[in-house]
Amino acid sequence: MNHKQRIASRVARELKDGDIVNAGIGIPTLVPDFIPDGVEVFLHSENGILGVGPFPEEGNIDENIINAGKKPVTVKEGASYFDSASSFGMIRGGHIDVAILGALEIDETGRIANWAVPGKPVLGVGGAMDLLEGAKKIFITITHTTKDGKPKIVKENHYPVTSERKADLIITDLAVFKVTSKGLVLTEIFAHSSLQEVEQKTEGAFTIDPSLKQTN
Amino acid sequence: MTKIIDIEKAVSLIKSGDTLMVGGFGLVGCPLSLLEKMEEADLKHLTVISNNLGEPGKGLGKLVLQKKVKKGIGSYFTSNPDVVNAYQQNELEIDLMPQGTLAESIRAGGAGIGGFYVKTGAGTKMSEGKEVREIKGETYLFQEALQADVALIKAKKADRYGNLVYLKSARNFNPVMATAASLVIAEVDEIVEPDDLSPEEIVTPHLYVDYLVVRGGDGNES
Repeated sequence: MNHKQRIASRVARELKDGDIVNAGIGIPTLVPDFIPDGVEVFLHSENGILGVGPFPEEGNIDENIINAGKKPVTVKEGASYFDSASSFGMIRGGHIDVAILGALEIDETGRIANWAVPGKPVLGVGGAMDLLEGAKKIFITITHTTKDGKPKIVKENHYPVTSERKADLIITDLAVFKVTSKGLVLTEIFAHSSLQEVEQKTEGAFTIDPSLKQTN
Repeated sequence: MTKIIDIEKAVSLIKSGDTLMVGGFGLVGCPLSLLEKMEEADLKHLTVISNNLGEPGKGLGKLVLQKKVKKGIGSYFTSNPDVVNAYQQNELEIDLMPQGTLAESIRAGGAGIGGFYVKTGAGTKMSEGKEVREIKGETYLFQEALQADVALIKAKKADRYGNLVYLKSARNFNPVMATAASLVIAEVDEIVEPDDLSPEEIVTPHLYVDYLVVRGGDGNES
């Protein structure tokens, strides 16, 4: 498994049988490959699908079935199609159990930034703000640091926040943090990493769960 | 009475300076034959309400390159570098909205609702200049409804009355846009006999639809 698959595999274990899940673009699109046996989830896509299935095999692509990242997908038994206003009514109205999203940064209170970069024209927001406002739980999947090695979990976001609403869980390629009213709590460290590495690569403050676990 | 016209006639109903709604999520569910015909038309200063402004050289992207579009109102323009470039050259104005707020503004515009309060964007840069209201202890932003002069939408099939059925995820913004413009032109893959459509399967009832054009066709279908 590469580091992105490891993140996807760990977040997939948080999903419960029957959950309605909206998975964003990037790492979240890998999550369906790792859903444990015995757990059935229903994937919602903002452009109007409930019941997204696996990516199609080459040669079997239906150009009229795409996901939020505009990539071809399939639909599963029991799927439905609906218009964009209904789709976002589902999102804002609290009918989505879990949104799995990427982020540019997350601050030590759990607020995320994933839609705009200062100094660059802000020309895309899509469904990110709606999901943060309306999904019952928000799981953030990110690499622990940027490509240049800068921490993504920071004291204060440098980028504009996507919502005042905080995430519930942060899963990186090194560790898992719970977001609580008192801030971030480190609950798990991946076997290939260490507490020392996590401390070194995290700028935002966090506390350590007394029952800190090693995870795979 | 027939609503079926050819694509050229349909495009002649659009005027410079009009506000258009154009269906689609990316190019899926986008009325591409109508947009292609618009490339040949002498149109300018258009305001376009659409989730995206096409892809490089495709769909609305072509009209942006031709400088026919004055302003884009939508949720995600970064997937077309030509749009980013036109914006940076001050050739294109952009009004960015969260996707759900965009969809609901159009729905409201077609349903006789002047505006609504929505939580999305509260406390962010998106709330700048917006009226704020506390409702049951939570912060909401006021959003005005959107309407257009012309909606260009895409459906799978229509009967001659203008009842519409969509195809898979190509439905997206099309049904709401069908409700929110003074003139609604639907591009369809095929025209079927009225008894081929069950009243239960019709997503857009014909009262919303003014004209039908057949994708790639000359208007003489059925």
